[in-house]
Amino acid sequence: MSQFNRRRFMKTGGTMMVLGAASGASLLPNLASAQETVKLGLLHSLSGTIAIAEAALVEAEKMAIDEINASGGVMGRKIEAVIEDGASDWPTFAEKTKKLLQRDKVAAIVGCYTSASRKAVLPVLNQMKGLLYYPTYYEGQEEDKSVIYTSQEATQSVIAAIEWMAKEQGKTFFLVGSDYIYPRTCNKIAKPTITRVGGKVVGEEYAPLGHTEFSSIINKIKAAKPDWIYSTVVGGSNVAFYKQLKAAGLDGTKQKLLSTVVSENEIDGIGKENAVGYYACMGYFQSLKNPQNERFVKALKAKYGQDRVVGDPMECAYNAVYLWKLAAEKAKSFDVQKVIAASSGLEFDAPEGKIRIHATNHHVAKKVRIGKARSDGQFDIVYESGVLEPNPFPKL
Amino acid sequence: MSFDILVMQVFNGMSLFTILLLMALGLAIVFGLMGVINMAHGELMALGAYATYLTAQFFSHYLPSLMDWYLFAAIVVAFGVTFGFGYVLERGFIRWFYNRPLDTLLATWGLSLILQQSYRSIFGPQEVSVPLTSWLSGAWEPTAGIQLPLNRIFIIGLTILVALSVYLILYKTRFGLRARAVTQNRPMSSAVGIDTNRVDALTFALGSGLAGIAGAVFTMIGSTNPGTGQLYIVDSFIVVVFGGVASLLGTAASGFLIAQSQTTLEYLMSGSMAKVSILLLVIVVLYFRPNGLFSSKVRS
Repeated sequence: MSQFNRRRFMKTGGTMMVLGAASGASLLPNLASAQETVKLGLLHSLSGTIAIAEAALVEAEKMAIDEINASGGVMGRKIEAVIEDGASDWPTFAEKTKKLLQRDKVAAIVGCYTSASRKAVLPVLNQMKGLLYYPTYYEGQEEDKSVIYTSQEATQSVIAAIEWMAKEQGKTFFLVGSDYIYPRTCNKIAKPTITRVGGKVVGEEYAPLGHTEFSSIINKIKAAKPDWIYSTVVGGSNVAFYKQLKAAGLDGTKQKLLSTVVSENEIDGIGKENAVGYYACMGYFQSLKNPQNERFVKALKAKYGQDRVVGDPMECAYNAVYLWKLAAEKAKSFDVQKVIAASSGLEFDAPEGKIRIHATNHHVAKKVRIGKARSDGQFDIVYESGVLEPNPFPKL
Repeated sequence: MSFDILVMQVFNGMSLFTILLLMALGLAIVFGLMGVINMAHGELMALGAYATYLTAQFFSHYLPSLMDWYLFAAIVVAFGVTFGFGYVLERGFIRWFYNRPLDTLLATWGLSLILQQSYRSIFGPQEVSVPLTSWLSGAWEPTAGIQLPLNRIFIIGLTILVALSVYLILYKTRFGLRARAVTQNRPMSSAVGIDTNRVDALTFALGSGLAGIAGAVFTMIGSTNPGTGQLYIVDSFIVVVFGGVASLLGTAASGFLIAQSQTTLEYLMSGSMAKVSILLLVIVVLYFRPNGLFSSKVRS
């Protein structure tokens, strides 16, 4: 009898406590905070295979949000980050987008890394009138009304890179990539460009995603003796590719190689000693010398540790948050349509220098740079382009 | 194709053969002999790779003068760690799934996801860089046009050593005799006084330890990240199944065949098409020889 009573007491008591906590935690502050904060969704893979590249983007975005909040927020409202894990699974990305828009009612989402995840999210965005800032360099071929693309699309980096390579030294190119859409599109842009600058493609190879055995491809490179390797190998394969190139005697002193995907973050995994002397073409490098960037790198290291490195995608993710803030302030509204309209022609002093959202095509006009990897994992910048207008649907 | 390239291609085939063999040896014991479909085998390799990374970190901080030789310590550490982990795993987890192959498949797959996410939480989602010892970087050049990477020569040597040890352990020691007896007929072995539980645990631990060695060695040619194991697991299973389950010789032969065809095909066509052709070859052979290249004939 006493047992029963105690149990019942616990049960009702517990329920009341839960109810009390719920009303205290959610109902009351909601009334107050609705006026004060504005929600921004951060949707990246924090688990699964792509977390390797995406997890760092969330850190850069969180830092931008903290900075904005510290300086008074957006139109007097603090940003509240709603972080969701896409788990490297494309349907999960779509589901989480729905959740962010429907339940959390976020004003905008910064998110996605792979094109596959972005494509999965598009129908939800269009249907529910959401807004996505996509912070990764990608292959172009897309211009969605619900998306602002804050990094370089393929033509911006590939054409600049090939023209520079041809001018620098030599005319023969060997194209190596992982077998999926980004490398294939890059090479589709690279080939006519190589012909235009009077060069010649002496080989084109694709390795399956995640491939770790590059010895045969390396032998083909040795047989073709190209002046340049243009590489779009991605992910863990890059580690294998660089290590095996070096082991086969084709290190940075003997073979020129340029990649449009290897940033400082990748070099961390490849190993500094394996990447020395190879080139990369990016919008941003950590070693850029300007006050904006020095402040950015310093703040990031203070927040996440002195040995952290910053790569191009992290900077573009950081910019994305600011581009949204500036657009909302220009529009004087968080309404998606007004923010998109205000984005046209919007300028921002990013760590990489001034960037501007294109008047119509939702991409960013920016400069790209070419860096040569040093022994400390950083890049010496050897070339800087002029401002390149985005052209996601190039005529080739 | 010039003579130099031909020599290097043949060498690549040999190198890939030893890599596949090293990958598959552990699985040949765990899956081939014991019949445990261990989907987490790749994550045991990743464990070996991370153990190597930690050993390298330890040497570079406390014993920088011995940094050149850390790899030998790392191989021992990787073997020890995965051997121990495998032992605990078998006692606490796998042994409840004997005779339930489908459940094992799901349970070990779940385990592999848990391990991957643990690596991600502990070491971070990004790749870690494992330094290559100086005497293994670079290439041996018998003539001007031929470069044979030293780390691959090292892997070839090590694999021969490991394969030989496994053969001796399984076929020339009392433990090997017991292990083979238990896998062939468990009740009878038990009846003649073999402690089958202990043999099971040690056999599984040995297979895991071999995965650890493979993981340690692959840090020299590939990447080390939480998903590393996934890159190797499919190839390992293909080699073991193609060679014939329960046949170490079959595993070696199938590794050799797959490696040579893959490097040759990769040279003649694109990497993706080479992979497709290999899978087709495996499917066709398994259609005509369902038990693999070398199947042991037993009365059922």
